[in-house]
Amino acid sequence: MSAVELFGICGSAAVGLGLYGLVVDPRPLRKIVAFDLLGGGVFLLFAVVARRGVGAGFGGDPVPQALAITGLVVAFSATALASALLLRLFEASGRATLRSDAPADPGGEPDGG
Amino acid sequence: MIAVPALDLVLAALVLGVATWAVFTRESFAAVVGMVVFGLLLAIALVRLEAVDVALTEAALGSGLSGAVLIAAASRLRSAEAAVAAERPRPRAAAAALSAAVAAALATAVLSLPDPAPTLAPEAAGSLAATGVGNPVTAVLMAYRAMDTLLEKVVLLLALVGVWSLAKDRAWGGRPSQRQRADPRGALVFLARLLPPLGGVVGVYVLWAGADDPGGAFPGGTILAAMWLLVLMAGLADAPPVSRRPLRLLLVGGPALFVAVGLGGLWLGEAFLAYPRAWAKPLILAIEIPMTLTVAATLGLLFLGPPEREPRR
Repeated sequence: MSAVELFGICGSAAVGLGLYGLVVDPRPLRKIVAFDLLGGGVFLLFAVVARRGVGAGFGGDPVPQALAITGLVVAFSATALASALLLRLFEASGRATLRSDAPADPGGEPDGG
Repeated sequence: MIAVPALDLVLAALVLGVATWAVFTRESFAAVVGMVVFGLLLAIALVRLEAVDVALTEAALGSGLSGAVLIAAASRLRSAEAAVAAERPRPRAAAAALSAAVAAALATAVLSLPDPAPTLAPEAAGSLAATGVGNPVTAVLMAYRAMDTLLEKVVLLLALVGVWSLAKDRAWGGRPSQRQRADPRGALVFLARLLPPLGGVVGVYVLWAGADDPGGAFPGGTILAAMWLLVLMAGLADAPPVSRRPLRLLLVGGPALFVAVGLGGLWLGEAFLAYPRAWAKPLILAIEIPMTLTVAATLGLLFLGPPEREPRR
């Protein structure tokens, strides 16, 4: 097994772990973290594919690398928007959960905005 | 069979170990810290795969700025932690099986790529001279696939519009939330006075060097944004009101210039975003420099979140 194959397996496993956390964990902040882990695995896979396509004197195929950079930026936008939504939910309802039947935290100040 | 260097084995084990910990640990704050460490280890793995541009962006954005956003969120949500901790996930066999199947399918797909793998590297190298840049990743981002980069800037801007739209009605047009006051004689204020000039030079250098070496508008812009946020967190300056016109112009300026150059290509050249050969490098720089400032402002404002303080009337 080569280092490239090792990181290919590693990236696939990171995608699997992130997917499991995203599906199973009911806490929104943990879903965001799991989604970022999933994304990290995908970017590692892009770099592996780029490294497989080594040629023309470059360390790897520049096209998948550039796609991964674009993907990273979009992933950050999604993370920032998701955490802003979560904070607004917490501010408005006093709780940070997706369950609709959970009791409101008495310390929180309900506010429709 | 080639033996794998021990460094790569340890690195891969650490990446997966930290990812597992980030998914299964009890506290939200610990999970976010785990994600930051995961991002930094991932950046080292990307360097091992010769994807240095991706590694720079991952360390700056995927680990650094995402981590900062989520740490801020986790510390604000701390009072809800006890209630949320009761919602610990129960292990689900079906989800575990699904995730394992997805991971196995991906691994099989990556391992069974044909050898030699299909690559666009020769095509990217062939036209490199026409673009005037030496870094093939920059050439892909700014010339061959400039449309992707343009749309990605628009996505950033849309995310910011989305974040701002979460403001309460009375705070609209005001300033984002005030971070805590720092001790004026503490380390944070000292660093916020010391680092920004150096960081500014490094950010501009990373942008400039990106033409021929790893770097570019995104890592450079993220460094500039980090310096700005450092000054704001130390309380040396206040976040601008989101309704301020120069700020809005800065946010729209980068993408607008990109679109203008694209339309110019349609008018003078043969296609949208087609650069005339002699003008390729100056045009790329003319797009990249305002874009870096726009990226720095957008990333900083995405971190600061929606306006929360009422504007002065």
